[in-house]
Amino acid sequence: MLSTLTFLPVVGAIVVLLAPSDSLKKWLAFGATIATFVVSLLLLPGWQEIPDMQFVERYAWMPDLNIYYHLGVDGISLWLVLLTTLLMPIAVAFSNQHIKQNLGGFLALMLLMETAVLGVFLALDLVLFYVFWEFSLIPMAFLIGKWGSQNRIYASIKFFLYTLAGSALMLVAILALYFNSGTFDLLALQEAGLPPGLQQLAFLAFALAFAIKVPLFPFHTWLPDAHVEAPTAGSVILAGVLLKLGTYGFLRFALPLFPVAVSDYASLISILAIVGILYGALVALAQRDLKSLVAYSSVAPMGFIVLGIFALNEQGISGAVLQMVNHGLSTGALFLMVGMLYERRHTRLLKDYGGLWASVPVFSFFFLVVAMSSAGLPGLNGFVGEFTILLGTYKSSPIFAVFGTAGVILAAWYLLHAFRQVAQGALTNPANFKGKLPDLNWAEIGQLLPVVLLFFAIGLAPNFFLDKINPSVAALEVVQTPVVGDSWLVDSSFVPPPTSGNLSWTSIH
Amino acid sequence: MDTALLFDNAVVLLPELVLAVGVMVLMLVDIVRRGQNGSQLLANMSVVILLLGIGASLMIWGRAPVEYLDGAVSDGFALSVRLVILIAGVLGVFLSRNNFPAIERQGGAFYSLHLLAVIGMMLMGTATNLIVLFIALEIFSLALYILSGFYRDNPRSIEAAMKYFLLGAFASTFFVYGSALLYGAGGSAHYARIHETLATGGGNPSLVWPGIALLLVGFGFKVSLVPFHMWTPDVYQGAPTPVTAFMSVGTKAAAFAGFFRVMMTALPSYHDQWAMPLAILAVLTMTVGNLTALRQSSVKRMLAYSGIAHAGNILIALVAGTAAASSAAAFYLFAYAFMNVGAFTVTIALEKQYGNENDVEQSRLAGAAERFPVLAAAMAIFMLSLSGIPPLAGFFGKFLVFKAALEAGWAWLVVIGVLNSAISAYYYLRIVVTMYFQQDEEIGDGKEPLPLPASRSSVIVVVVSILAVVVIGLQPGLWADLLRGLGQ
Repeated sequence: MLSTLTFLPVVGAIVVLLAPSDSLKKWLAFGATIATFVVSLLLLPGWQEIPDMQFVERYAWMPDLNIYYHLGVDGISLWLVLLTTLLMPIAVAFSNQHIKQNLGGFLALMLLMETAVLGVFLALDLVLFYVFWEFSLIPMAFLIGKWGSQNRIYASIKFFLYTLAGSALMLVAILALYFNSGTFDLLALQEAGLPPGLQQLAFLAFALAFAIKVPLFPFHTWLPDAHVEAPTAGSVILAGVLLKLGTYGFLRFALPLFPVAVSDYASLISILAIVGILYGALVALAQRDLKSLVAYSSVAPMGFIVLGIFALNEQGISGAVLQMVNHGLSTGALFLMVGMLYERRHTRLLKDYGGLWASVPVFSFFFLVVAMSSAGLPGLNGFVGEFTILLGTYKSSPIFAVFGTAGVILAAWYLLHAFRQVAQGALTNPANFKGKLPDLNWAEIGQLLPVVLLFFAIGLAPNFFLDKINPSVAALEVVQTPVVGDSWLVDSSFVPPPTSGNLSWTSIH
Repeated sequence: MDTALLFDNAVVLLPELVLAVGVMVLMLVDIVRRGQNGSQLLANMSVVILLLGIGASLMIWGRAPVEYLDGAVSDGFALSVRLVILIAGVLGVFLSRNNFPAIERQGGAFYSLHLLAVIGMMLMGTATNLIVLFIALEIFSLALYILSGFYRDNPRSIEAAMKYFLLGAFASTFFVYGSALLYGAGGSAHYARIHETLATGGGNPSLVWPGIALLLVGFGFKVSLVPFHMWTPDVYQGAPTPVTAFMSVGTKAAAFAGFFRVMMTALPSYHDQWAMPLAILAVLTMTVGNLTALRQSSVKRMLAYSGIAHAGNILIALVAGTAAASSAAAFYLFAYAFMNVGAFTVTIALEKQYGNENDVEQSRLAGAAERFPVLAAAMAIFMLSLSGIPPLAGFFGKFLVFKAALEAGWAWLVVIGVLNSAISAYYYLRIVVTMYFQQDEEIGDGKEPLPLPASRSSVIVVVVSILAVVVIGLQPGLWADLLRGLGQ
């Protein structure tokens, strides 16, 4: 099941490359992503709300070296898998309309990308994980370098080398773990436990790779270049899914494997996350280019997610998982809308827009909803995630929560700023007049609608989603043995109630 | 000597014998058909001879290792390296069939030298005796000196041959002197006996150090370790590209095989002493190789420096000095054979289109992906594999070497190796970037794909190499199982 899910896109990619005509390639690629989405939906009916890995597959890959092809999904990865499989057909549908040059190559790379990302989310063997993790760089670098805008080559090389160099040391750490415990299997390693000294070093190596991917301040400099230069579908996948690989890495590998080191570095990483939240928001405010604004606006929410993870309690982490999905949806939709606007007007400068509500009301309405979701308006998805994260953060450190809240306010500011610049005010630029600037067509509405419906679904029925996340989060060792920190920033008086007997989510209601 | 002894266990050298007989037949055929144009027939014969050699190797595969006359052994490591060299040999012959006028004119000389080089290289990995080792070294070196100067009308080719010959001869003297000193130290030319004598406190240990140092110069030259690497870029660039492709893999495999066997079977008791100097050489080799490769404008010179850096990676396995490390080195060389020969094959095709007759500038490749989509995709795969991106073969070569070194406690060396891999990604990626992302300014809109500037045999090499690189990458366990190290 999981193998089918992971490798269906590769089959799609091969078929797309072999297909004779462009129109056939479009349908095949779209069909492949839809099929993958359907397969991923099949995970839900059989889902059990337990902490363990489900749908596990395990075959020997390099038996001499104890390397296994080991896939599994749990509450932490479930929604990320579904997020990936949902965003892919949307990105492909958008690209089918707008990519003119070498469409077959573009679609094949998108599909390879999907396999790489799903592989990262599902792999439970460290070598297998590393293979997918590194492989995900190649299609993305090509998407940016080949189909990006003016400065694409620089952005592509920077993205590739930055993230490659970041994960080089992770390979050494993976080998070091192997020599300590004799296995590359995540679950076995988790069970075995690691000596504190090794935890410290290995954590730093893993954290560097993940921090660059997230990106955590001060490792974020590749992100604006990559985002701004990438083609729209590339940005959607980059922001929607690829960045999540970093935070997912923290959750899946750093927290279970290095609990001691994690609690030692939790304060430091939380501070970096807060700096990122505030810095990202302020820089976003200063942008004149709409796509740069959205690109920088990824730095802040990702910092928020990291803050939630390193609160090291159930609320913080569950909120972070949900917020990863929320951010994927809302930022993906934002990039999609920027792309729709750009394809019409071929400019992304804020000053070229204004008053679009009068000429393209449907577009502006969707833009408002998406911006509100990003800003965390209650009733929409962003609120649930942010609120839960703040709740968790407050429990572990009220000071961090205060800064985090400031970030929420700033986020609302730059998003409303963007909305005002684009949609409100007087309609002055003649190129934007009604009739000249077409409103969203049905295909575009079709691309946005599933995402917007999910905004409301998550916003109004968060427990449907959280109930599946929580058991796995509650089983994390760092959650079960609360950190009584040695840092003054951590509120050491707080001891959470025991979670073993009662795994249900009660904090919101 | 008792004749029974002469034939006892001679099966050890079966592949070498098959090739030696083959070379003689080849030369006879060349004499008989003297005056006829073209040498396709000779090329085909060479392929058949090499395939027979592979068959002979597979015949003795899996048997208990036996030794022949205290001079050659048929253990798993010897067979693994032999396989790598034979594969490089076959691919090299296919490449040489690309209608190069010089090779067509003198096919008899070219292909017999090519096969002789293969024999010498295979013997390097098999030898268990310093004298046999030296003979093997000279057999393949002399053949390669001539082959690199095979373009007699091309000054660069002549320069390459001269440089290679003079420096190579110089290195050989170091090598002989080192062997002599080791003989003096251990009282025997046979590896195992040297080890026995030294380990039991006999012999003359004061000669061991100078012996190792001088041998190191000889081996260092052949595998092009820094600071003995100066000849590599000039020779790689000047030599006919098919020869470069073959020797970049073959020499490396052969010399490393000999190097591993001497250090690990004759001098294992001195491992603590020689490991650190070799580790320093490995760091120097990787770092200098990679940093210099960054600045190259010619594709062949870039590949030469990349080859130096790869030698540094393989040396890490020798530093570790364990059985697992030597099998990792065999795997590395196996993977390297396909990706490097593949890269040179694409280079041959590209130099026909974009370069002068024997080299091509990287900047000329702009827009190549539009015009030769298949070639560009192949080159991209080889470059990514060389830089060690999973799931391609090159990644698992590095992975196994690093793993073995970490197991032996060389964590700092592995960290430097990993960081060097990250540096190397830049220059490999640059080729991909130039081909795919940059526009060809001269031709501008000439977007329609052109016919492949490659012969059918080149296409075969590329296809085989791509398949190998991908299959080895996806199923590394199979090959890691097959390729054996010393003492396994």
